[in-house]
Amino acid sequence: MTVELDCKGLNCPMPIVAISKAIRTMSQGEELRVEANDPAFKADVHAWTRRMGHTLVDFQQDGRLQRAVIRKS
Amino acid sequence: MTSQTITPELEALVERVLERKLDERFGELQSQLAAIERRMSSCERQATAERATLLVFSGEMDPLMAAFIIASASIAMGLEVTMYFTFWGLNALRKTWTFKGKTLPEKMIAALLPKSVGRLATSRLNMAGIGPAFFKKVMDDNNVEDLPSLIEVARDLGVRMVACEMTMGVMGIKREELVDWCDYGGAATYLEHAADSKLTLFI
Repeated sequence: MTVELDCKGLNCPMPIVAISKAIRTMSQGEELRVEANDPAFKADVHAWTRRMGHTLVDFQQDGRLQRAVIRKS
Repeated sequence: MTSQTITPELEALVERVLERKLDERFGELQSQLAAIERRMSSCERQATAERATLLVFSGEMDPLMAAFIIASASIAMGLEVTMYFTFWGLNALRKTWTFKGKTLPEKMIAALLPKSVGRLATSRLNMAGIGPAFFKKVMDDNNVEDLPSLIEVARDLGVRMVACEMTMGVMGIKREELVDWCDYGGAATYLEHAADSKLTLFI
């Protein structure tokens, strides 16, 4: 199952806060698809997945809009 | 040797001696085991709970925003967070203000301190109150949460907030002037957490 999370318009630290809340409700192996336009999101989502041990399956950037796919470990 | 040669007295004596020896041995082992258990649970506590402790001394809008942003981000990064509010930092926990039952110096402090968390000065470019209004506008344009919402987010995430009772006493701030969900403590309360924390900040 995939969970979608729209973080557009949210600024630091809210996207990471929202992701950490969302991932808590998911099961291992499920994927979280996040869209954000916070300029710090790229660095933060990489740091967050490294620290929390989840997998950043995909990261795409299109101008300010960024899409990340995180698989829960 | 047959069982007939062992008198009941002898048997009872042997039993008593054995029991005493066993008690000595096991007693020693048990106390060692208890000591190991204590050490293990303290190790486990330190291993499972990675802590961040923030000592919040400043009471202006901008350092307080930084404090609450780091607190919320720390929870998101899997840390347990405690914030200690001392001196001007207590502004962040203010709910209301009162002159009732205060001494003259306490009344003077009450009159000079900001009346609510939504009305704090900025540490730079305050310009008699123009600065905060300007910053709020710019933050709003950039979708940055304002201070009251940042406090709400941190609280919702489970950041523990502790007000320093000693500075409350010095500044004549009463418990009923602060939000009802904060805890109270002193330097030892802070240090108990700070000493076990991976991250400690003075803001």
